[in-house]
Amino acid sequence: MTGATTGAKPGATLRGAELRAAVAENPMAGLGTATSHRVHSERALGFWVYLMSDAIIFAVLFSNYGVLTFGVADGPTAHELFSLSRAAQETALLLLSSLTFGLVSYSALSGQKGRAMFWLIVTMVLGAGFLALELSEFREMFARGAGPQASGFLSGFFALVGTHGLHVAVGMIMMAVMGVQFVVKGLTEPVLSRLYRVGLFWHFLDLVWIGIFSFVYLPGVLS
Amino acid sequence: MLGRLTYDSLPFYSIIAFGGAAITVGAGLAVIGLITWFRLWGWLWKNYLTTLDHKRIGIMYIVVALVMLVRGFIDALMMRGQQMASASGHGFLEGDHFQQVFSAHGTIMIFFMATPFMAGLVNFVLPLQLGARDVAFPFMNALSFWLTAGAAGLVLISLVIGVFSTAGWVGYPPYSGVERNPGVGVDYWVWALFISGFATTMTGINFVVTILKHRAPGMAYMRMPIFVWTVLCSSLIILIAFPALTVAVALLGLDRLFLTHFFTADHGGNLMNFTNLFWMWGHPEVYLLVLPAFGVFSEVVATFSGKKIYGYSAMVKATVIIMFVSMLVWLHHFFTMGASATVNAVFGIATMIIGVPTGLKIFNWMFTMYRGRVRFHVSMYWTLGFMVLFVIGGATGVMHAIVPVDYNTHNTAFLVAHFHNMLVPGVLFGYVAGYMYWFPKAFGFTLNQKWGIRAFWGWAIGFTLAFMPLYALGLMGLPRRTANIYDPSFLPLLIVAFIGALCVLFGIVALLVQLYVSVRDRAQNRDLTGDPWDGRSLEWSIPSPPPAFNFARIPIVDQLDAFAEAKRAGRKLQYEPAGPVDLPVPTIVPMVMGVSAFLLGFAAIWYMWWLFVLSFLVMLGAMIGRSFVDHNEFRVPQREVEAGLRTAAGRAGGVQ
Ligand SMILES: [Cu+2]
Repeated sequence: MTGATTGAKPGATLRGAELRAAVAENPMAGLGTATSHRVHSERALGFWVYLMSDAIIFAVLFSNYGVLTFGVADGPTAHELFSLSRAAQETALLLLSSLTFGLVSYSALSGQKGRAMFWLIVTMVLGAGFLALELSEFREMFARGAGPQASGFLSGFFALVGTHGLHVAVGMIMMAVMGVQFVVKGLTEPVLSRLYRVGLFWHFLDLVWIGIFSFVYLPGVLS
Repeated sequence: MLGRLTYDSLPFYSIIAFGGAAITVGAGLAVIGLITWFRLWGWLWKNYLTTLDHKRIGIMYIVVALVMLVRGFIDALMMRGQQMASASGHGFLEGDHFQQVFSAHGTIMIFFMATPFMAGLVNFVLPLQLGARDVAFPFMNALSFWLTAGAAGLVLISLVIGVFSTAGWVGYPPYSGVERNPGVGVDYWVWALFISGFATTMTGINFVVTILKHRAPGMAYMRMPIFVWTVLCSSLIILIAFPALTVAVALLGLDRLFLTHFFTADHGGNLMNFTNLFWMWGHPEVYLLVLPAFGVFSEVVATFSGKKIYGYSAMVKATVIIMFVSMLVWLHHFFTMGASATVNAVFGIATMIIGVPTGLKIFNWMFTMYRGRVRFHVSMYWTLGFMVLFVIGGATGVMHAIVPVDYNTHNTAFLVAHFHNMLVPGVLFGYVAGYMYWFPKAFGFTLNQKWGIRAFWGWAIGFTLAFMPLYALGLMGLPRRTANIYDPSFLPLLIVAFIGALCVLFGIVALLVQLYVSVRDRAQNRDLTGDPWDGRSLEWSIPSPPPAFNFARIPIVDQLDAFAEAKRAGRKLQYEPAGPVDLPVPTIVPMVMGVSAFLLGFAAIWYMWWLFVLSFLVMLGAMIGRSFVDHNEFRVPQREVEAGLRTAAGRAGGVQ
C-alpha cells in the first residue's frame, strides 16, 4: 500500500515475473525502479487532485458567467457576437488535438520516439490553430467595442473563455518542454511520467471546452 | 520605472503610521542584525532557507504565524483602544486609518496567522503520525511555504510603502472597487490573497496525496489518528473551497485594473456575486481551520487521559459530515441579501445541522476524560478552556442561524463576538495546545509549564473580558467596524473589553517568555525518551528531535494507537527491515520563487510592469528548469540509518 519499503526493494530494478506483472499493470514498468514507480504514481494522483481543484475554478467561472449573462446592460448581445461556425472550427481543432495527443502517448509508451515527436508537433499545430482562432475572435470583438469592459456579460465571457485559452497556452508551453525533453533525455521513465500528466491536462481542457461550447456558444447563438 | 510609487507613498503623513512602519522596519533590521552578529547565516541557509524537510518547513510556518500573530494583535489592541477612547471623547485614529487597522487585523489573523499555523503543525506532525519519511511532494511543500511567506511580506510592507485595504478583510465591492477605493490598499489585499491562495491549494494537494499514499504498512483508514482524519477533511475543503476565493479576488483585481464589470454596481455587474463567491470559500475556511484544531484536541485529550479516544468512528464520521455540510451554509453570512424566505430557511437549517456533529465531538472528548487518568499538562488547560468557551460561541452561532434573529444582529458587535468566540478558543487554543504538545518532539526539550499555564489564563480571561462585552454591545446596537463611538453609555463595556485585550497581551507576552525560559533551561528539560507524554501515535516512537529521515525502520501498524497498545502489552512495535533512505536534495529554488512572487505582487500593485514581467519570467524559468530535474534525492547509506537506530535505542531506552 505504501511503497518505499513494501514489495520490491526500493531502488531495485524489476526482473522476470515481477517485471511482467508490473508491465501488465503499467506499461512504464519496464523503465525505472519500484521507488520511481511509486514516486510517479504519486505525482499522477497529485495531478488528478490538482485537476479536481482546477475543475472547480472552471465551475465557478461557469456559474459566474451564468449569472452575468443577464448583465448585457446596453452592450452587444451574445446573439450579435458569437459565430457558431468559428466555435465549431475551434471545437474540431481542439478535439482533434486530443486525439493526436493520444497518439503521442501511445507512440511514446511503445518507444517510438520519432512518431511521438511527429504527433506532438501535430498536436501543437492544432493547439496553435485553436489559439489563433480564439485570438481573432477576441480581436474582432474588441474592434466592435465588445471587450470585457463593455458589460458584465462580456466580462463573464472573457473571464471564462480567456481562462480556458490561458490554460491552452500553458499546455502549449508544457508540450514544447516535452518536445525538448524527448530530444535531450529520450523516452525515459521521468519523461513519460511528465508526458502522462501533460496529457491529463490537455484532455481536461478538451472537456472544459465542450462545456464552453454547449453552455456559452450554443445558447448564445440560439438566444 | 517606479509606476505609481512616489515619495508620498512613504508613511510621513501621520505619526502613528510612521510609528508602525518604523517598528516593522526596525524589527526586520534587528533580526538581520542578530543573525549577522551571531554568524547564523550559514546555519540558516543550510538548515532552513534551502531545506525540503517537512519538519523544518513546519517550524518556519509556525515562526511566520507567531510573527503575524503579534502584528495582528497590535492591530486588535489599537482597535480596542480607539473605540474606548472615542467613546470617552478622544479618539486617536482617523476613520481611514481605523479601517486599515481592522482590515489588516482580519486579513492577517485568517490568512497569515491561522492558516500558516495550521500548515506548520500539519507539516511537522502529519508524516510522523503516518510513519512516513516526508510529505508526498517535498519541493512543492517548500514552494507553498515560500509563497505564503512572500504574500505575508506584502501585507507587512504595506505598512511601510503605501497603505493597506480599507475595505475590511472581506473586501466587498463596490467599496473595494476602483471608483471608491482607487489607491493601492485593496490591491495589496488582492495580491496577498491571490498568492497565498495558490500556496494553500498546493498545500492541500500535498496533504491529500501524503495521507492517501504515505501511510505506514497496515495503517488502514480507520486506524489513522483523528488528527490525520481532520487534516484529510480540511485538505479536501481547501481543494474545493479555495478556487472560489481565487476566482473572486482575481476578478476583483480585473475590475480594478481593467475596469471590467464583474462586481460593479452598473453595466450589468453583480455585487452579490462577489459576496457569494467569497463566502463559498469563507465559511468552509472556518472549518478547514477548526478541524485540525479538533484533531489536536482529540490527540491531547486521549494522551493525557491515558485512554483511547471515545467513539473513534463517530469522531471520524462527524469530521466527514462537518466537511460536507460546511460547504452548504455560506449564505448565512448574508441572510439580509434579500433571498427568498425559503432559501434563507434552507441555509439556516443547514447551519443548525452543522452544530450536531460538532456537539458530538464535545461529548466524545468529555467521555474520553470520564474515568480516565487525567493529567493536567498545559495542553489540557487549553483544551478544557476551549470546551467551555467554544460551546458559548456555538450557541450564539445557532442564534445567528435563526434568520429573524440574524436580521437584528447582522453587522453588529454581537457578530464580531460570535466569530471571535469560534476562532480564538476553537482555532487558536487548539493550535497553541498543539504547539505545546509537539514542541519537545521538534526540539528535544519540553516547554516550561508554569509560563504556559500563565499564558493560558491570560488568553482565557482576556478573551472572556474582551468579547463577552461585545455580545452585550452588539445587542445594545453597536455596529461593527465603528471608528468613532459617540454614545457614552457604551463606554463602561468598552473599557472592560480593552482590559480584556490587555490580559490577552499578557498571554502573548507569557507565550514569548515561555519560549525564552524553556530555551534557557533546555538542559534540565531534555526529552531523552522521545515520548515525554506517554503518547499514543507513531511520532512518539522515534527520538526527539527526529532524524532527517524520521523513521530508521518503517513501523508496521496493526490497530488504532498501535504504539500505545504495544507499550501497554509490553512488546515492541513491528518494523520493516532497515535499508538505505532517499532524501530530497536541498534547494534554494522555492525561496527564489517566493521572493519572485512577492516582487510580482508588489510590481502589480504599484504598476511597475517591467518588474512584473521580470519576476514572472523568473518563476516560469524556475518551473521549466525544475521540470528537467529527474533525480533530486540523495541516498543516506544503510550504515548511517542503522547508526541512527543504535543511538536512538541507546538514548531512548529501546523506544525504537
Ligand atoms: Cu459561516
